[in-house]
Amino acid sequence: MAFPAQAAILADCVAPENLSIFQPASPAGESIVSLSMLVLAITGGILVVVGSVLLYCVFRFRVSSSDGKEPPQVYGSVPIEVAWTAAPAMIVFILVLVTTRTLWEVKIPEPQPATGDNTLFVTVVGRQWWWEYRYDYYNGRQLGFTTANELHMPVSAAGEPRRVYLKLKSADVCHSFWVPRLGGKTDLIPGRVNTMWLQTETPGLYLGQCAEYCGTQHANMLLNVIVESPEDFDRWLEQESAPALVNETVHRGRETFFRLSCVNCHAIRGTSARGTYAPDLTHLMSRQTLASGQIPNTRDNLRKWIHDPQAIKPGNLMPAFGLAERELDDVLSYLESLR
Amino acid sequence: MAIAEQQPDAVATLGWTGVLHEWTTTVDHKKIGILYVLMSLVFLVVAGLEAILMRCQLLVPRNDFLPPNTFNQLFTMHGTTMVFFVGMPILIGVGNYLVPLMIGARDMAFPRMNALGFWATLFGGILVYSSYATGGAPAIGWFAYAPLTERTFARSAATDLWALGLLVSGIGTLTSGINFIATILGMRAPGMTLRKIPFFPWTMLWTSVQIVFAIPPLTAALIMVLLDRNLGAHFFDTQNGGSAYLWQHLFWFFGHPEVYILVLPAFGMVSEVIPVFSRKVLFGYEFMAAATAAIAFISMGVWAHHMFAVGMSKTLDLYFAAASLLVSIPTGIKFFNWLATMYGGKIRFASPMLFAFGFLSMFLIGGLTGIMLAIAPFNFQLSDSYFVVGHFHWVLIGGTLFGLFSGLHYWYPKVTGRMLSERLAQWQFWLLLIGFMLTFGPMHISGVLGMPRRIYTYDANRGWEFWNQITTLGALIQVPSYALFVINITWSYFKGKPAGDDPWNAWTLEWATTSPPPSYNFEEIPHVRSRRPLWDLKYPDDPDWKYE
Repeated sequence: MAFPAQAAILADCVAPENLSIFQPASPAGESIVSLSMLVLAITGGILVVVGSVLLYCVFRFRVSSSDGKEPPQVYGSVPIEVAWTAAPAMIVFILVLVTTRTLWEVKIPEPQPATGDNTLFVTVVGRQWWWEYRYDYYNGRQLGFTTANELHMPVSAAGEPRRVYLKLKSADVCHSFWVPRLGGKTDLIPGRVNTMWLQTETPGLYLGQCAEYCGTQHANMLLNVIVESPEDFDRWLEQESAPALVNETVHRGRETFFRLSCVNCHAIRGTSARGTYAPDLTHLMSRQTLASGQIPNTRDNLRKWIHDPQAIKPGNLMPAFGLAERELDDVLSYLESLR
Repeated sequence: MAIAEQQPDAVATLGWTGVLHEWTTTVDHKKIGILYVLMSLVFLVVAGLEAILMRCQLLVPRNDFLPPNTFNQLFTMHGTTMVFFVGMPILIGVGNYLVPLMIGARDMAFPRMNALGFWATLFGGILVYSSYATGGAPAIGWFAYAPLTERTFARSAATDLWALGLLVSGIGTLTSGINFIATILGMRAPGMTLRKIPFFPWTMLWTSVQIVFAIPPLTAALIMVLLDRNLGAHFFDTQNGGSAYLWQHLFWFFGHPEVYILVLPAFGMVSEVIPVFSRKVLFGYEFMAAATAAIAFISMGVWAHHMFAVGMSKTLDLYFAAASLLVSIPTGIKFFNWLATMYGGKIRFASPMLFAFGFLSMFLIGGLTGIMLAIAPFNFQLSDSYFVVGHFHWVLIGGTLFGLFSGLHYWYPKVTGRMLSERLAQWQFWLLLIGFMLTFGPMHISGVLGMPRRIYTYDANRGWEFWNQITTLGALIQVPSYALFVINITWSYFKGKPAGDDPWNAWTLEWATTSPPPSYNFEEIPHVRSRRPLWDLKYPDDPDWKYE
């Protein structure tokens, strides 16, 4: 029972904005750090030893003016050469061994979903320049809803892992999924399906961003991973699985939305909006950010975004529609009802 | 000395048009070498300015100094230019000038092909830069990952011009690789067996072998891109069943040997400089030579360590990690032999040796961060972060550029007949060393803090600001260093102290002829009995050939 309190303290220690790979919060991240520390120690040792010899040679054998006499000429020595071939070879051998161990720790094949496995399966689709998340299975139960830019996952407890297996795909060009504190990165490559897994005992927000250059807005393809308690996660799942709420007070905005070309790209479950090209808006207001993590999801920001997305994220694929003020407010009200 | 006055005389007798004609039609390996180096210096300034613009953009978070696509074009052009139009041609240029002189030949094996190589490289560079005429350079990154290069994602002809430019310059590079191999294998002075060639030509031989193996896959891949874009082929067109993964393999099959193409000649240059300025013979020549060949071989089997994040199997990850770590063994051998050469010597820190010291200290660090990147799981974190940017600049500037400056300061007197100003050279060295460390050191930290490469902007709260500002400061400190070099080579050309034939009291054949050498290099082709023919000449009582 001490776990949640401890986790809260840990979460307080590291701000979400800290993306250091040396502050891991997942088993994979920790494996990598312990390997890295060994590698840093070995390379640091080599630096100190070889660097000292270099500096010694420089200061010991430096002359300001030549006396015209050449120093003794030494052409080489086979035993010495063998020694300094063998020593690095042994270090390389050790490094290969530890690399192997860590590789087998962090690369785990994806299992089949099964009832009671406490495991979440999500398909991640990289798109220019946002993330699509298709929730496939949780605890053996099929889910089948789609959301965007915010990956929710349950927190693990000691002895009760709740792993997340990600299937990584791309709809356009290469991207890379990298949340440094949750482990290494894996590319999303069109025509290929990659996998990776996440697991952490510390709830909270984890930030990251696309790590493979993917075009104009590569810099703003940000990642938000929200790790919450199993109960909160269940509630979130339930809410996200439901179709969009119908609120009659915003029917004018709703009509405007469906009259415009919004529906060609965006989907709202339970309506005729079935576009698959842009983020699913079914529960837009449940998300904390807009534009793939770039700005907070506030009414003001949403208004600016619909008015002219290019002003916020130049080059992104959503055009400015030139809506009249009233239309803009109507659409805004409708979107705000999508909780 | 009379020959040192040749250039002004040439202007007087031929007139400027005559000189221009002379230089554009020349097949003299020395003139072509100079053309290569001057062209590369021009591109170095261009690509350097591109880097400065990028650093200004990254000075503060959410900066809007440059629009996103301009920034993306700049890093594409910076990388492309530095690799294809600065790094390779400047090393090939120095090789062109020196290899025939050092092996006692009158010219390269194929002088006309040599000229073709230079002009193809220059034309390729112009083609790549003409992409700006289409409204902007390509924004695809220097490794141009498919399918970003497909028409769907890169609509303007800029990408075609980029691919065409690299294709053409690649042919130029290939011809010079073939030329070096033919020259070194076939045109050595009598008595100079393969075991007796000076070290710089030996590294050029292996560089050329790598060129011959590495450039054709790139050429093929570029042709495939051009077919995709212009004739509707689908090699990398993922929406029609093409493979993005294939491009990465083809590109890095070229791209990794390329790294060693860029660094082996620098190894060769410092292997000439360190012995001369330590007054000792190169320690363990045979082992150094074998290590060079080993690096050339191993480096052709490590390419996918650039691709650890693409989701290869564990077995492949392990193979490429182990193979990459293996490179550190011959590299270590080289390093230890350089140290052993200095040990017990009488080291004089004239500018070439100063740069060689810069090379040794910086390359050591770059090599060690390379070991970190070769550890596949560590690489899952570091790949495509600023750590990688810090690492490869540390190797390419700390290794290649410092080695190259060492060579340029060493051989400048041979090429022009005049000494460089030591004072300016020392200023250049220290500004470069400090600026370089401030630029690329902090990149390792911002990378570890989660900053990916190739982002045109970043948020304020990530803790990356400070490190980016130091980086920009460092870049600005480097600027006067390059300016001093240009000033030094220009000023010294007219006003430098006359050098004489052998200003460094060195041992290889190029110092046996005049400075600058006549077009035929040697009045009489020398006979060689050891790796240091001039040592034999200077110390007839204790010649090298007794010991080799």
